[in-house]
Amino acid sequence: MASYSTNEFKNGLKIMLDGDPCSITENILVKPGKGQAFNRIKAKNLKTGRTLERTFKTTETVEAADVEDIDVEYLYSDGEQWHFMEPTTYEQHAADKVAVGDAAKWLKGQEACVMTLWNGEPLSITPPNFVELAVTQTDPGLKGDTAQGGSKPATLETGTEVKVPLFIDEGDVLKIDTRTGDYVSRA
Amino acid sequence: MLQNIRAFFDVRGVLEVETPLMSAAATTDPHLNSFVTRYHNRPHYLNTSPEFAMKRLLASHGQAIYQVCKSFRADELGPVHNPEFTLLEWYRPGFDMFQLMQELGELVSALMQAQARGPVEIVSLSYAEAFEQATGHNPHAISAQEWRHFALERGIEQPVGLEDDVDEWLDWLLTQCVLPALDSECFTYIYDYPASQSALAKCRIDEAGQTVACRFELFYGGLELANGFDELQDSEEQRRRFTRENQARQAKGLQSIDIDEYFLSALEHGLPQCSGVAVGLDRLLMLLSVSAAIEDVLAFPFSRS
Repeated sequence: MASYSTNEFKNGLKIMLDGDPCSITENILVKPGKGQAFNRIKAKNLKTGRTLERTFKTTETVEAADVEDIDVEYLYSDGEQWHFMEPTTYEQHAADKVAVGDAAKWLKGQEACVMTLWNGEPLSITPPNFVELAVTQTDPGLKGDTAQGGSKPATLETGTEVKVPLFIDEGDVLKIDTRTGDYVSRA
Repeated sequence: MLQNIRAFFDVRGVLEVETPLMSAAATTDPHLNSFVTRYHNRPHYLNTSPEFAMKRLLASHGQAIYQVCKSFRADELGPVHNPEFTLLEWYRPGFDMFQLMQELGELVSALMQAQARGPVEIVSLSYAEAFEQATGHNPHAISAQEWRHFALERGIEQPVGLEDDVDEWLDWLLTQCVLPALDSECFTYIYDYPASQSALAKCRIDEAGQTVACRFELFYGGLELANGFDELQDSEEQRRRFTRENQARQAKGLQSIDIDEYFLSALEHGLPQCSGVAVGLDRLLMLLSVSAAIEDVLAFPFSRS
């Protein structure tokens, strides 16, 4: 099985911790002077998104995680599975609800996403940073209120509810930041 | 800083020297990883410090010497480590460890004063005192199992791979308990290290009857600035220690390193009683310029070198 030594640790390296694939986000050398050194790392659990900290004696080895990112296009969902395709090879991958996670809130079709595979199976989906979605339902904004800011809920064509400014009407197409879920502008 | 250092040693009659950065032999210290290059298919190592070559000069000339040079340590990269760094190293024939600590204090004071931040006071703690204050335990009389128990009780992480080696536990707890307990804006000496942790230092029996190594380190807060010894003169004992280190390397799955026979024959010829110290100048510059990372004091840190 492939493994990495602590002196190969760097940000983005994919390793197995507690049986889950993780990505190193920080690697600090702890050494008092002469003597034994240690590597203290922070790593993001790619399944749960949680960050964990761990320290290794240097020269220890850690099992590598077979993780790769591929570019895919979102095709459709049949309710249980979300289907994606690699645009270069036309190879299709189906991801379940857990792997798709919050990305499902922003996908309607044809978005370019990044799919993370672990041992060849979809582990997570990263949607584009910005998506454009139409408003299917929102209450009319009150006249004269536009200058004061303020916000109201609006439902998008994917069924997701976001906060929008009062001047937004049904049918408007909005630009949304998928990392925060915030309204950016009218598209 | 370099001008002030040279002026400091000029006045004291310490001679500046230059020794090779690359040599056919290297340190056997299992915790140091030398860069290797090749000449006519034979390995040559970049020095991890100029210690062996400078002691050879001492053995032949017996004069107080200093050197400012680059040193190289593979796999040491972080907020306070750069694989290529600058050492100031000097040797004082006739000085014991405490006299050299005094002189290092005067140098640091002079450099701080040049920044209108001196003179400095340096707290001195023996290794045993420092551990007893921070952990309540005598570091010379405690087992790895007891340290493991202590770490569990205190909620201190046990690193992956840290098992039953008491020196490794001491190194780990030094970083986790002892150094964080030092005054963060104060200079501290820790001296009289465990005899097992100083392959190049003389040993002595301390006031408590404990065999300790005549080794000291200078810290600012928890940042290590310097490491010094009352130098071991016994060539036979030095050879035994190198051989033991190579055995430790093999046990760890590391390559053993050819012992520096030039250095050993210099000891055999006769090294004068002397003390020497190496100071990390990049870190000293961090301190003088109030920088948080070693990158901030390097023109081109390793990632962009």
